Amino acid sequence: MQQYELVRSKSFSRRVAVLGGMKIFLLSLVGGQLYNLQIRKSDKYRTKADENRINIRLLAPPRGRIFDRWGQPVAQNKQNYRLVLVPEQAGDIMTVLQTLSKTVPLVEADHERIMEEIRHRRSFIPITVREHLSWSQVAEIEFDAPYLPGVSIETGEIRQYPFGATFAHVIGYVGLATTEEITNDPLLQLPGFSVGKNGVEKTYDSELRGRAGNVHVEVNAHGRIIRELDRDEGRAGDDVTLTIDAGIQEYTAARLGAESASAAVLNVKTGECVSIVSTPSFDPNSFIQGLTKRQWGELVNNHRAPLINKAIAGQYPPGSVFKLIVALAALESGLVDHKQRVNCVGHVQLGNRTFHCWRRGGHGSVSMIAAIAQSCVVYFYDLALKIGVERITDAAVRLGLGEVSGFDLPGEQDGLVPTPDWKLANYDEPWQKGETLNTAIGQGYLLVTPLQLAVMTARLVNGGIAVIPHLTKHVGEFGPAPKNLPYTYSEIGLGKESLSIIKRGMEHVVNNTKGTAYKARIEEPRFAMGGKTGTSQVRGISIREREAGVKKNEERPWVERDHALFVGYAPISDPTYAAAVIVEHGGSGSKMAAPMVHDILLEAQKRDPVSRVSLYQRMRRAKKEDQLG
Amino acid sequence: MINVRFGETTNTPSLVEKLGNMSWGLLALTVIIACIGLGMLYSAADGNLEPWASRQFIRFMVGFLILVAIALVNIRIWMRWAYFLYGVTLVTLFAVETYGFIGMGAQRWISLGWFQIQPSELMKIALILALARYFHRTILEDTRRPVILIAPVLMVMAPTIMVLRQPDLGTAAMLVIGAAAVFFVSGVAIRYFLFAGILAASVIPLAWQFLREYQKERILTFINPEADPLGAGYHILQSKIALGSGGLFGRGFMHGTQSHLNFLPEHQTDFIFTMLAEELGLIGALGLITLYIFLFGYGFAIALRSRNHFGRLLGIGLTTTLFLYVFINIAMVAGLVPVVGVPLPLVSYGGTAMMTVLASLGLLMSIYVHRDEQIGRLRSEGLN
Repeated sequence: MQQYELVRSKSFSRRVAVLGGMKIFLLSLVGGQLYNLQIRKSDKYRTKADENRINIRLLAPPRGRIFDRWGQPVAQNKQNYRLVLVPEQAGDIMTVLQTLSKTVPLVEADHERIMEEIRHRRSFIPITVREHLSWSQVAEIEFDAPYLPGVSIETGEIRQYPFGATFAHVIGYVGLATTEEITNDPLLQLPGFSVGKNGVEKTYDSELRGRAGNVHVEVNAHGRIIRELDRDEGRAGDDVTLTIDAGIQEYTAARLGAESASAAVLNVKTGECVSIVSTPSFDPNSFIQGLTKRQWGELVNNHRAPLINKAIAGQYPPGSVFKLIVALAALESGLVDHKQRVNCVGHVQLGNRTFHCWRRGGHGSVSMIAAIAQSCVVYFYDLALKIGVERITDAAVRLGLGEVSGFDLPGEQDGLVPTPDWKLANYDEPWQKGETLNTAIGQGYLLVTPLQLAVMTARLVNGGIAVIPHLTKHVGEFGPAPKNLPYTYSEIGLGKESLSIIKRGMEHVVNNTKGTAYKARIEEPRFAMGGKTGTSQVRGISIREREAGVKKNEERPWVERDHALFVGYAPISDPTYAAAVIVEHGGSGSKMAAPMVHDILLEAQKRDPVSRVSLYQRMRRAKKEDQLG
Repeated sequence: MINVRFGETTNTPSLVEKLGNMSWGLLALTVIIACIGLGMLYSAADGNLEPWASRQFIRFMVGFLILVAIALVNIRIWMRWAYFLYGVTLVTLFAVETYGFIGMGAQRWISLGWFQIQPSELMKIALILALARYFHRTILEDTRRPVILIAPVLMVMAPTIMVLRQPDLGTAAMLVIGAAAVFFVSGVAIRYFLFAGILAASVIPLAWQFLREYQKERILTFINPEADPLGAGYHILQSKIALGSGGLFGRGFMHGTQSHLNFLPEHQTDFIFTMLAEELGLIGALGLITLYIFLFGYGFAIALRSRNHFGRLLGIGLTTTLFLYVFINIAMVAGLVPVVGVPLPLVSYGGTAMMTVLASLGLLMSIYVHRDEQIGRLRSEGLN
């Protein structure tokens, strides 16, 4: 071998060794990077890989239903049939839409919207063609299915209110969440997810809503679902059972009829609300389907305020109904005995002002019970001057006036029980004696809601228990008691003696021939009711008007007419129900409101399970007697 | 002692003898790696032979026959034809470049009926052949003289410039580095490499301007892939995610989520290593790399064993080319070098690379079969 060959062979081997070393070095770099990625950062990349492939989709839980006290559904979920189209399966979209339009009328705008969505979405994403299909449309489309590739019917749920307007103010309605209502509940991210907007739907929204379920799906890089990995159904919303009796509720609504009126009926022992109605009302189902602008305008601009629950948000002067409180305060003061008589000559002089009794000739000499029964104004002027306004307002507050009751509906107003301090704070003027007289007959600054009147009546006749009104029996199957309700009721702190005298006065209002509501008495003794009429003035009557002769109520324009009020309870033997009715600009309490309360209380008692049982027992007894005989 | 002229054989063993002389270890390694590739293609098609595994199998069989055929041809003949092959390839490369069949992006093909050839791919072998032939006749002192280096540098630059204009960064890099390896083992002084390095570094800013927009993007993306995760950085990022999520033992054969759900692009071609590493984990990845190291080991051993300088240089050059395929591909999918589109030898789906790799292995085998051939340095010198 030649010398050069040896030299270059030696150099070659040396350099091959160097080259080999470089390659090993480079490969170990690669190995190091693999170690780095696959071992050290493996968790991070595993997470990223799962984020890549796993999509979380929310499942809307069914909203809890709402039942009346006997388990009749008053808010439930109805199947909503939605027509969807998967573009990639449809083939020729225009042909399919044409076939569809035989069943589902599609206008130009629908076509445009559908084509627009097809352009902007991936072709395997279903597109909604039409919502709220009728059952017959669904059937027709299923029948045509062979000619409708890519078309399918999806079912969803929408809210339905079987009683419509009757329960509108109690249950409220649901709608899309507004920006302020967005919380961190993931459900709110679902398109088209509804939340309670008013009524029980709003008060118990979180309970009714339930918990979001979710489904983990594996998707590929294009977003197509490959398979379902796991599923959490979530928890359906809790059902809410009301204390409302749908039968009484319907009856009350019908009885108030076309008047702009409201009524509240309570169980005096428990505070359970069996019926609460405000008329006119609206159909909450129309809110679910979507209102037209005109429909909405009609609701908003109506003078009789159909959207407002007047039973809790309407504030009125209580009128003569307030005399019950004046009488109670007088008895409690110890300054007055109920047998003491006052001579009513039809008016009373205070300074240079004359205050009139509603009966021009006066009532003559009246005791407290007669004064209540006949609603003698002069008697109560006299009482008020004797005991002063503070005692009256104290009793009023104890009976639940002037503050929100804690009722479980949104939007309750607190009314107003004016005191000298209040006057000074708000008007910067001292209290006038004349204002005490105005307060004594439930006028002036006084404001109450129908619900407050019902609570007042309940507390007067139940022996002074401070019941709190509520309309929820329970939430969920074994759910908690209604919100904000104490474990036991306290006493209102007024003497039982005094209360029973007031109660007797209320008996006389209805059952004494001279009583202002004698015509509205319940003749069947076991259902007999007591009560108090009220006619509250919307505006003061000027001296000149009085001289010219007060115009009859019917002659005045509607908005100037008096409000008609009546509070009642029944049965007298064992007071169970209290009802308050206020008919806006309804004229006289005895003529307009008292007959309504008569009918409502009679209906409530007849529907009471206690009377049902007794009827059943009587039938059995009769049967036994027959057999014996 | 017989005077044998350059290019003539001393004694000609029969074909059967030659077959017996082949390196069975190298053949077995080739088959094992190809089988792993077929397995991954089967997985890539969600457990189907179609469309990739079956076709790849046919290509491998054809390529394997070509390997054997090349191995049986005497190394002298390869040496004799080296310049010619280089010349023909250079001309074809020039032809496709000038009148080329412009396909997608970087791909330029010549169709031979059922089969398509990328001249740039063939050039990887032809250049090594030509350089090996050139340096076969240089003695160590020659390699220190710049004049001697002018011709081989031109031989490297001609195809490299054409490939760069295509533009195909991966192939250009492989041509240059593969050639550099031949220069290096031929004994070219280290200072020339340093000089070339400095020259290249100073040319880079200039070259940047000639790069196409997408090439610039690729390099920028490589530097910071997270900057545009849905755009240009998508490939690298998804590849890293798939690799990383594989962990030590992998997600299991056919259970790689990222590859099967198409998050990993090109998972049957350039990114097949990622898929393997996702499904078989670090263990599988290092296992395959180990097999490749064995393959390079065989290459080096064959080169060192050869008794003719041409064979030694050719062996190192071809082994380095194979190494570059493997290294660039894996470094690319692991995010160490920019995405340049270099397939993984014997594993990635694709005909041209398979043919190039099997032809290279055929040449390596030919070196081995004819390892005792002694070839004179000069035509006049003959065998000593």
